Amino acid sequence: MKRKVETSELIFRIVAYFILIVFALMCVYPLVYVLSSAFSSSSAINSGAVVLWPVDVQADAFIGVLTNNKFWINYANTLFVTFFGTVWALGYSILGAYALSKKRLLGRHGWNFFLVFTMWFSAGIIPQYQNYAATSEIFGAIGISDLKWTIVLAMGMNATNIILLRNSFEGVPSEIEEAARIDGATELQILTKVYLPMSKATIATVALFFGISRWNGYFWAFKVIPEGQSYSWPIQVYIRDYIDKYTSIAGGTKNDPDAVQNWDLNYNYSAVSAVYSMVVCAIIPILAIYPFIQKYFAKGVNMGGVKE
Amino acid sequence: MFRLKYDDFLIYDEETGTYSMSAEQQVRDETEKNRWKNTGWTVLKDWRLYLMLVPMVLVYFLWKYMPMYELMGCFKNPNTGDLTHVSTYSWTGLKYFQELFTNAEYSPLFWRAFRNTFITAFYGLLFGFPMPIILALFFNEVKSNVARSIMQVCVYLPKFLSTVIVTSLVLVLFRSSAGGQSVGIVSQLFGALGVDNAVVNSGLVYTTKYYRAIYIIADLWEHAGYDSIVFFAAVIAVSPTSYEAAQIDGAGKMAQMRYVVIPSILSTVVIMLIMKIGSLLSVGYEKIYLLLGTGVGEAQDANYEVADVVSTLSNRWSETQEYKAMGTAAEMLNNLIGMILVIGANAIARKASDVSLY
Repeated sequence: MKRKVETSELIFRIVAYFILIVFALMCVYPLVYVLSSAFSSSSAINSGAVVLWPVDVQADAFIGVLTNNKFWINYANTLFVTFFGTVWALGYSILGAYALSKKRLLGRHGWNFFLVFTMWFSAGIIPQYQNYAATSEIFGAIGISDLKWTIVLAMGMNATNIILLRNSFEGVPSEIEEAARIDGATELQILTKVYLPMSKATIATVALFFGISRWNGYFWAFKVIPEGQSYSWPIQVYIRDYIDKYTSIAGGTKNDPDAVQNWDLNYNYSAVSAVYSMVVCAIIPILAIYPFIQKYFAKGVNMGGVKE
Repeated sequence: MFRLKYDDFLIYDEETGTYSMSAEQQVRDETEKNRWKNTGWTVLKDWRLYLMLVPMVLVYFLWKYMPMYELMGCFKNPNTGDLTHVSTYSWTGLKYFQELFTNAEYSPLFWRAFRNTFITAFYGLLFGFPMPIILALFFNEVKSNVARSIMQVCVYLPKFLSTVIVTSLVLVLFRSSAGGQSVGIVSQLFGALGVDNAVVNSGLVYTTKYYRAIYIIADLWEHAGYDSIVFFAAVIAVSPTSYEAAQIDGAGKMAQMRYVVIPSILSTVVIMLIMKIGSLLSVGYEKIYLLLGTGVGEAQDANYEVADVVSTLSNRWSETQEYKAMGTAAEMLNNLIGMILVIGANAIARKASDVSLY
C-alpha cells in the first residue's frame, strides 16, 4: 500500500530541497569562481565578465604561478610542516593516549586534568608569542636554525584529538591485551600489535585532523617567521603576503608602490589573477583527498561525545 | 550509620566463644601496610608505560604551560629589566589591570573590544546555532542517498579550507572598485538588493555597517554544514516507528516535527547549545585579523570600531613593548571569563543529561 503524500509534507519537502540546494551551491560557488578566474584573462576579471565559466580562456597567470620558484619553495615548506608535524603530533598523542587509557596508571585523573585544562584556558597571544620566540632561540642555540622546526615541534597541539584516541583505546577489550601479555609481549608490542590495528579508524581520523590543521595553519607561522626568512614560510603565509603586497583586495595597505608599478612591465597578467591561481594550487591537495576523508571526519565528529 | 567494609572481617570461634581476625583481613592489612612500597614497585616495574607519557607531558608543559607561567608579565613593567623576557621585569602589582579599567586612553579600547567579543559571539550563536539544526532536519527529508551525499559533500567542504583561503574568497567576492576593477560579484548582489552603490564600490567589508553581516555570513558558510553532522546523526536515530505512529494518529509534517523529531533531538541540541555558550568568548582572531587587513589604514581603522575583539586588540598591543603587559592582562581576563563559562556549561550539561564533554 502506498501512502498518500500529504500537502504539508510536500511543501516541507520542497522547501527543504530548495534551501539545501541553494546552500550547497553557495558552498561550492566561490571555489568555482576562483577556478574560472584563474583561467580567465585579467581584463575579463577586471570588467566583471567572469561569473561562472572562464571568459577569454588563457593560462598566463597559472603558468606564471607554476614557474614562480618562491611559491613552490613555500609549497614544499607546507608539505614538510604537514608531514613532520602530523607524524610528531600523532606520535606523542598515541603514546600519551595509550598511557592515559590504562587504569593502572598512577595519577591518571591528574594527567587527564593536565591535558583537559589546556582546552579550558589558554595564556593568550602575547605570552604564547614570547614562548615561541624563546623556543626558536633555544632551537637556534642547539643548531636547529630553520624556524620550520619550531612550527613542527611546538605548534598544532590538540587535546581533543588525544582524548579521542584515549577513548578508542579504552574500548579495546582487556582480554586481548592480557592474552598478548601472557605470550610475553612488551608494552610497546601490545600498543603496536594489539591497540593500533584495532583503532585504525580513530587513528586515521585524528591523523587527518592534525594534517588538515597543519596544511591550513597561518597565524603562528606568520608571527614566528619574520619576512627576512620568508623562504621558510608555509604557503598560506606566502599567499596572504602576496595579496597584501600586490593587490588592493585586502585594502592594499602593505602595497609596495615600486613592486606594484613594476608589475605591469614584467607580467602580462594582473596580480589578482595570480592570487586566484595560487588559491587553486593551495586547495587542490585538499580537494583531491577530500572525497576519501570526508566520511572519516563525519565519524570523528560523532566520536566527539567525549567523556572522562 | 557505621558499616564494616568487609563482612569476613572477624571470625567467630564457637568453641571458645571468641572473635579473631580472619586470614583475609590479615592479608588486607599487610597489603595496606605495604601499599606505598608496593606502589613504588609497580611504578618501577611499569616504567615503560610512564615513559610513554613523557613526550606528551613534555610538549604540553613546554608549549602550553610555559606560556601560562609567562602570564606573570601582566603584573610586571615591560619597560624594565633587559626588555627581552618577563622574568627580568620588575613587579608592578595590579597597575595594568587598573589602567585597563580607568586609563582614559586604553580603557575605551578595552571595553570596545570586550563588547565586540560579546556581540560577535552573540550573533554567531544567534545565526550559527539554528542553521546546522535546520540543515540536519532538511537532510532528513532527502530520501535519495546519492542526492543527500552529494549535498553533504558540498556543505562540509568549506570547513576544510584554511582561514587565509576563506578570507581571500570573502575579500574577492566583496572587493571594492579600487584600481579600476569591477566590484566583487556578491557585492553586486548586495547592490541589486538596494545597498547604496557608493558603499558597494568602496568595498563592503570595509564598511562598518556591513562588516558584521559579512563576518557572520562567512562564519555560517564555513561551519554550518559541518556542524550539522552531529544533529543529522541525532535526527536519523529517530526510529521510523515513531513517525508511523504519529502518522496513524493523523499528524501532518509540522506536527511530526513538533512532537516526534524535535523532542528526540532535544538533548543533543541542549548539550550543543550549552557547549556553544561555554566557548562564547573564544572568538577566533585569525579570521578577524585577516579580514581587517594586516596593515593599519583608514578603512581598517573604521572597521576596528565593530570588528576589534580582545584577542585582536591584544595582538595589536603586542607589537609595542610598553603595551605588552596591558595586552596580556586584557586577554587573560577574557580567557578567565571564558574558562568560567566553559566549566559552568559543563557542570550544567552534566546535571541536565549525564553527558559531559570533558
